This record gives sequence, C-alpha cells and structure tokens, in this order.
Amino acid sequence: MSGHESSYTPNSAFERWLDKRLPIIRFANDTAINFPTPKNLNYWYVFGGILAVCLVVQILTGVILAMHYEPSVTGAFASVERIMRDVPYGWLLRNIHANGASMFFFAVYIHMFRGLYYGSYKAPREVLWILGCVIFLLMIATAFLGYMLPWGQMSYHGANVITSLFGAIPLVGESLQTWLLGGPSIGNQTLQRFFSLHYLLPFVIAGVVILHIWALHVPGNNNPTGVEVQDVEKDTVPFHPYYTIKDGFAIAVFLILFAYFVFYAPNALGHADQSIEANPLVTPAHIVPEWYMLPFYAILRAITFDLGPIDAKLLGVIFMFAAIAILFVLPWLDTSKVKSMRYRPVARQFFLGFVAVCLMLGWCGAANPDDAVIKSLQGESSLVVSYTADGALATSTYKGGDEAFEAAKAFMESLPASAAPSLEAVPAPTFQFRHLSLILTFMYFGYFVMLFFIGLGEKTKPLPESIHKSVLRAHKPQTGTAVPAE
Amino acid sequence: MTAETTHPNTETVDDDRRNFIHIATGAVALGGAGMFAWAAVDQWNPAADTKAASSLEVDVSKVPLGGEIRVLIGGKPFFIRHRTEAEIASAEAVNVDTLRDPETDDSRLRPRADGTLNRAILVTSGSCTHLGCVPVGPSQGNTGDFGGWFCPCHGSHYDTSGRIRKGPAPRNLPVPNYRWVSDSVVNISL
Repeated sequence: MSGHESSYTPNSAFERWLDKRLPIIRFANDTAINFPTPKNLNYWYVFGGILAVCLVVQILTGVILAMHYEPSVTGAFASVERIMRDVPYGWLLRNIHANGASMFFFAVYIHMFRGLYYGSYKAPREVLWILGCVIFLLMIATAFLGYMLPWGQMSYHGANVITSLFGAIPLVGESLQTWLLGGPSIGNQTLQRFFSLHYLLPFVIAGVVILHIWALHVPGNNNPTGVEVQDVEKDTVPFHPYYTIKDGFAIAVFLILFAYFVFYAPNALGHADQSIEANPLVTPAHIVPEWYMLPFYAILRAITFDLGPIDAKLLGVIFMFAAIAILFVLPWLDTSKVKSMRYRPVARQFFLGFVAVCLMLGWCGAANPDDAVIKSLQGESSLVVSYTADGALATSTYKGGDEAFEAAKAFMESLPASAAPSLEAVPAPTFQFRHLSLILTFMYFGYFVMLFFIGLGEKTKPLPESIHKSVLRAHKPQTGTAVPAE
Repeated sequence: MTAETTHPNTETVDDDRRNFIHIATGAVALGGAGMFAWAAVDQWNPAADTKAASSLEVDVSKVPLGGEIRVLIGGKPFFIRHRTEAEIASAEAVNVDTLRDPETDDSRLRPRADGTLNRAILVTSGSCTHLGCVPVGPSQGNTGDFGGWFCPCHGSHYDTSGRIRKGPAPRNLPVPNYRWVSDSVVNISL
C-alpha cells in the first residue's frame, strides 16, 4: 500500500535533521513498521520472511566459504575437504551453505504453492508474481552453478548432462554450449567461470528481491480470502508488531528444522558420489540432480519421442523450460475473477492434484526410468538368446525358472560357433517410471490449461464482503455479544 | 528550475547544437557499449591455450596386445585399443547390413603415410553415443557381449570395432580426427 500516508513523526532534532536530507528512517518505518497488512494472513504467509533469511544465510556463508575455496580442477576438491577438516568451523559453514540451498528451495516451493492457492498472481499483482518467477529461475541457475564447485563426481557428470542440453538447441545451441564450457568439455576454465557466476547471481537475486518487495508494497499483500483491503482501519494491522512477531516465530521454527539437517543429517540430502573427486573417465551409474530439481529432470527424461522435425532430446529440453515458462504467463491463463481457491471448489481439487503431480514428478526424477513403478506387478523376466543365423540376427526366448536357463544353455551349445550366441535376461513389459513421468508431465501442463477453462464456467462460493467481516465470522463464538440469551 | 521555464523568450535555444550533443553522446555511448559487449561475449570462447591443448600425440607401441589405453584430450576421453588377431577377425566377420549404424571395420581405420592400414590399432571416442557415459573395456574386465566395450549406464554393447551392437545407443563410437605421424605414433585432434 504505497498510497498510504506516512505515519512517521521525527521525534528528536537529529531525526528531523536527517529526515530532510535522507528520509531513511521514514522509509523503514513506512515499509517495515507501520505498513498496513491484512489482518487475516495465516502461517502460509510466513515463507516470504523465511526466504529473506535464507538468502542472507546463503550470501553470508558463501562469501566466507569463498575465502577458503580454490576454483581449479586440481585444487577445488582438496580445498573443500580442507574446509571440512582444517578450517576452524569450516564444516559448520559448509554444512549450512549446502543444506541452506535445500532449505531455500523447500521454502520457495511452499511460497509458490501458497501464491498458486490464494491466487496471488492475479491482478493487480502480475508483476509481483513475474518477478518471483525470475527469482526462481535465478535460484535454479545459482544452485546448478554452485553444485559444480565441490568438483565431485556428481558435480562433473551432472554439469555434463545439463550443459549438453544447451547443445540440443538448434542454430545457437553449440555456440552456447562452447561459451558455457569455454572449451571442448568441462575443464578448469569452466570451473572458474561457474565460480564467478555463482558469486555474482545471489546479488542479482537480492536486487530482484528488492523489486519483488517493491511490487508487493504497491498493491499490498494478498490474503487468504483474496478480497482486497477496502478499509485500512478495519481490514489491516501494522506490520510491526503483528507480522514481525509472527514471521519471527515461524523463522525460529524453520531454523530448528534447518539446524536438524546441519547437525544431525548434513549429508542426507546429498549424494554419495559427491565424495569422490570428479573423474571424466568414470561415469557414475546413475546421474541425478539435487532433490529440488528432480521434477524438472523427470519432465526432461519423460519425452522419449520425436515430434516432426524436433527430436526427443530437444523436445525434452523444450518441455523442461516450458514447465517454468508457463508460470510467467499464468496471470493471463487463469480466467477466474475469484482469487482464492477457498471459494473455487472445482479449481481447488485441481490444485491439490497439481501438488500431488509435482511431488510424484520428483519421485520419478529420482528413479531409474526403466524400472517398474510397482515391482510386485512386474512379471517374470524371460531369457533371450540372440544369435546370427544366415547372416541375420535371430532370437529365441525362454520363460520359466531354472529349466528355462537349462533349455537356453542347451540351445546355445547346439548352435555353431559362427552364430556367436549371447544370453540376456529381458524384464517383462510393465508400467515403468518413464510412462508415469510422461503422464504426470501432461497432467502438470494440463493444470494450467484447466485453470483457463474452469475459470470460464465455475460456480464459485460467495466471497466475504471484506477481510474484517471474514475475520469476525470465523471468530463468532468468541465475540459472544452476538449470541442472544435463550 | 522554474527560472528557466518562466524566463521570457530572450534566451534562444540552439536546437542544432542540442541535437548534435545528444547524437554525438549517444553514438559514443552505444559504440562503447557495443565494443565492450564484443569483448565481454568473445571472452566466453575457448582461450588460445585451451584450443592448443585440443590435440595429442600418442605412442601406440606402448599399448599392450589385447588391451587399451585411455587418453583425455581437452577433457574428452578417447580409447586406443591394440586388437588381437581374433578381435580383428570378429570385427571383419560381421555382416555390415545387420548393424544399427552400418560401417565396415576398414572404414573405421585411418591409413598410415604409405596408405596401408594398421588393423591392430583402433582409435575411437570414449563417450557412449547414448548419453555420453564412458564405457568400460578390457582394463575394467568387462568387454560386453561382443568383445569390445560395455556402457554400464544403460547397457550399450560395442564390438571390437567400436560399433553399437546392442542397447540404447544410436550410433557407433565415433572415430576422431587422427593421423599416423610415424609407424608407432598417432596424432589425435578434436
């Protein structure tokens, strides 16, 4: 509510002197102390404050870690080990920084789902929402760049997979990939530029956060009813002490969870292959990103078919980026005038389904795409003998237990040596993670399409007249006076 | 501030002079930004020493019979395999038409200076054509079903000519640009 009148009165001669020259106390007072905030914000609204704390924690610990880190292929891994073993409290700072990234994403996902549920992306908050999406993109880039720095096996080979995605983009892809890598493959020069950018981007994020808060303070907060503030006196309370205390309490609870990971499970969210120094000649058997990227990784791998001139690899890349890009246009996709899902019974069901889809995409991203989703439903594997007969490849299949193996062996021995037979166990066809990923990918995009159509015809519940009335109704029994004597 | 606007028209504004300054300043700013952008973008390209490190001479006489050595050129892996007579024979015996990526064994070798082929030495890329993992070979004790290489990531089998025979990989292990410098030295470049 940038329109609200300043309630600041300088109390001392110095404050009056300063207020004429740099009204910084007035600015702080109007944005963080007296800022009128809807009185009905619930605990889903505390994650903005939590995210600000996360950013500060990451920048503070990151700047300190950079004092001890060496961005070179020969020194990076050793310098991280040195931080963990020799630098005083280096283990603490690094564990905070590494787990802080996970905490940051955990909070941002809840913050985003909150915005989706209460319709915080709708007019007049489209710019606020888009700036949030920009921050999310920057966070992904920063996290990816940072994951490279410890120079572990997953750093190297994960970065290899992701940078090769850029190579799939037509025309500019190969130049883009060469620019990212600075050479034919990931090397010292790549590590150095990744380090530089990893140091830069958090400050860019901080800059966009300032714009994000600015864009928040122009229309003011949305709230769980989605009804705008009509009467500042009745509908709002000052930010301090009401929300400084509420946010502060939530931050403390959040930090307890944070501390649990830092002190008791510092590696629970990481990957064991990161404890092995990067080796370009040995690929880890199963390359996975950090947990917070898994849903997007699942979308990337779900696309295994070509579409016209677009091959599967490029199509996967397009879908992955589209999954984020669609958030940018969401304010114009959702056609409903009603903001909050509280009053949208149909859309609400779809929203809950969307959350489940996102979680399940994460599950798919962690799994091997060829594995069965439900192992117990998979039939028995069959044994296939492949051999050459009359110059062509032929196969012979055997099913069953030990007898099948005996039969296959006997058949292989009966063949002439020139047939070069080989034996392979082929798993029975079943519902694999690749299939589930594909279905979930379409459901992910389907949610946004559905928002367009649901909004056109949905019968919404009646909205409260005002924030003030909605609060009164919720607390009727406590108000007492309205209850007539019987 | 208001002094100027309320000023009677005794002061004349020289529009040409003002436009000249605007355009001249704008041109310098734009030109400077453009030239700086050129440098800022071009520095992303591989540096001279990085490019210079993109070829390597390898003494193939050091490769044990039936074994291989692996070299990294510009961070990319390459295999140099010293094939046995049996391995050469099995590579040549394959009916090329049945292959996913049909190539004869001879077409995957490069001639020496005198035009003859050294069939014992096979040089290939070390990146699986599926997703770029590095396959295992004789040094790791697993050569797959066809005696060449096996990719542990998604189970692609390559034969003793580095050709894809089974599994998800779409193409043969690519043969890099290389030439025989002498009878025992090859120069491999990216």
